[in-house]
Amino acid sequence: MPALANVALMRLTARPGLALIVGLLALLAAAIATAFLTIGARGRWDFVLAFRGTKLAAMVLVGVAVATAAVLFQTIARNRILTPSIMGFDALYGLIQTGTVFLLGARGLGFGDPRLAFAVEAGTMIVFALLLYGWLLADGRRSLHLMLLVGVVLGAIFRSLASFMGRMIDPAEFVVLQQRLFANFNAVRSDLLLPTCLAVGAVLLVVARLLPRLDVLLLGREAAIGLGVDHRRNVFLVIVLVSILVSVSTALVGPVTFLGLLVANLAYMLLPSYRHVHVLPAAALLAVVALVGGQLALERLFALDAVLPVVIEFVGGIVLIALLVRTGRR
Amino acid sequence: MIETQELTRRYDKAAVVDAVSLQLPEQAFTAIIGANGAGKSTFLAMVSRLMPASAGRAFVDGLDVATTSGDVLARRLAILRQDSAVTARVTVRDLVAFGRYPHSRGRLTAEDRAQIEDALDFLELAPLADRFLDEISGGQRQRAFVAMVLAQDTDHLLLDEPLNNLDMRHAAGMMKLLRRAVDERGRTVVAVLHDINFASCYADHIVAMRDGRVIAEGPPEVIVTPSVLEAVYGIAMEVVSVRGYRSVHYYR
Repeated sequence: MPALANVALMRLTARPGLALIVGLLALLAAAIATAFLTIGARGRWDFVLAFRGTKLAAMVLVGVAVATAAVLFQTIARNRILTPSIMGFDALYGLIQTGTVFLLGARGLGFGDPRLAFAVEAGTMIVFALLLYGWLLADGRRSLHLMLLVGVVLGAIFRSLASFMGRMIDPAEFVVLQQRLFANFNAVRSDLLLPTCLAVGAVLLVVARLLPRLDVLLLGREAAIGLGVDHRRNVFLVIVLVSILVSVSTALVGPVTFLGLLVANLAYMLLPSYRHVHVLPAAALLAVVALVGGQLALERLFALDAVLPVVIEFVGGIVLIALLVRTGRR
Repeated sequence: MIETQELTRRYDKAAVVDAVSLQLPEQAFTAIIGANGAGKSTFLAMVSRLMPASAGRAFVDGLDVATTSGDVLARRLAILRQDSAVTARVTVRDLVAFGRYPHSRGRLTAEDRAQIEDALDFLELAPLADRFLDEISGGQRQRAFVAMVLAQDTDHLLLDEPLNNLDMRHAAGMMKLLRRAVDERGRTVVAVLHDINFASCYADHIVAMRDGRVIAEGPPEVIVTPSVLEAVYGIAMEVVSVRGYRSVHYYR
């Protein structure tokens, strides 16, 4: 995030309107993060800050990862209503979790070194994506749409397998499993933050170098080739980056895919620019605002009686629909 | 110099472009004509490396398009395709600025900005420069794409039906402009054209295709004759001469 934000700020100075919008979003994110760290704090500050800081760091990482993944994916798909979940990522995550409980019992989820489990989960999802899309894209004639279709079908297979196993699991164990299937920031393991941070940071460094090329990809395959961008190689590279982002963030907290759709579209609507150097930081900041704000509301208003995705999808969905209707009328 | 050797594209057994060997004249305007399905666009797509050839080779300035790196070619060859849809909210000036990508990789210099304004002026797009692509007409959008291709500042321009969506005034304006690109700036222009009369009045060289093969090529005086055109299109044609330009009547 910092690398991306620096590059963004350097180039933002050209258009004051854009700088203002991104700056306001950054302020909003900082204000909400501060509120999250301090509101209702009782007792020792070093404990409160460490405890809440872990959650906050997880939310920032996941927000940045999910937002970046969604924007990148929509750029190569040239479609604003798709998210990487169409490639079957969260279905695969659900299948891995359900399969673990089915084979090893609920204890299997907490079995062994959590860092190892994290590496296995994230690694499986990345390998799956690379095998599938590497194979599909190896032949230039196969289209991106075919790839998406295969992703949809595989997602459906994973989901039905998971629900089949879910039926045979002991009900008590199923309750434990269910908690894993919703994104949850209340039980983030601090020892997993560093590997996630390294993975997301490495991806963002690559993305920062790709920024102008991503803009060209928006024009579609033929125009991109005409401008000298190797379309197939760059689409594959972007899919690799998206796979890493989605896999590590899902392995850290669980699936939060709707958030990506929400913040990407909010960013497109708020910014008078198509350029990734503006859209990506804005979407990432919006995601942080949504996650931290949602968690704050969850803890303070609903006393942890709901799950975060429900809060975000309910409020975010309403905001998105309101904005869509308004821009449609304009 | 654009040259092809036995360039071929097959789908299953059927050849859409069948062993076409051509040398297109430098610093001249070449029109490719032919009925629907004659293989014109496929031929152009292979030369512009948008589609791999099943057999044969294509060269631009002696560089094999199948093996030369994309960004090297992008500084020698610009392409315009039919119906390029852009989903992002991009203004006309933004689009034209993309033409500078092969030179500046997204960091526009003063030289780039001058080229962009020049291309906008050349296509009379300056008043529309800050409008979004989805707010202008199809013909204006077509001109914006041509401006992008011109801003790319390459010696060779390959255009697939550049007169698409243009009314008579703008179609004639586009042809004059391509003519000027050849005469004043020494560019090599290759365009697929459906309007035989535009090809006859503006091109230096005409390549006539039928069923994936080149059945005739040469200057308009040679190609625009009833016998050649009837072989190309399979309908009766009447050729008249108006002000020294050959013009074809086939409407009824």
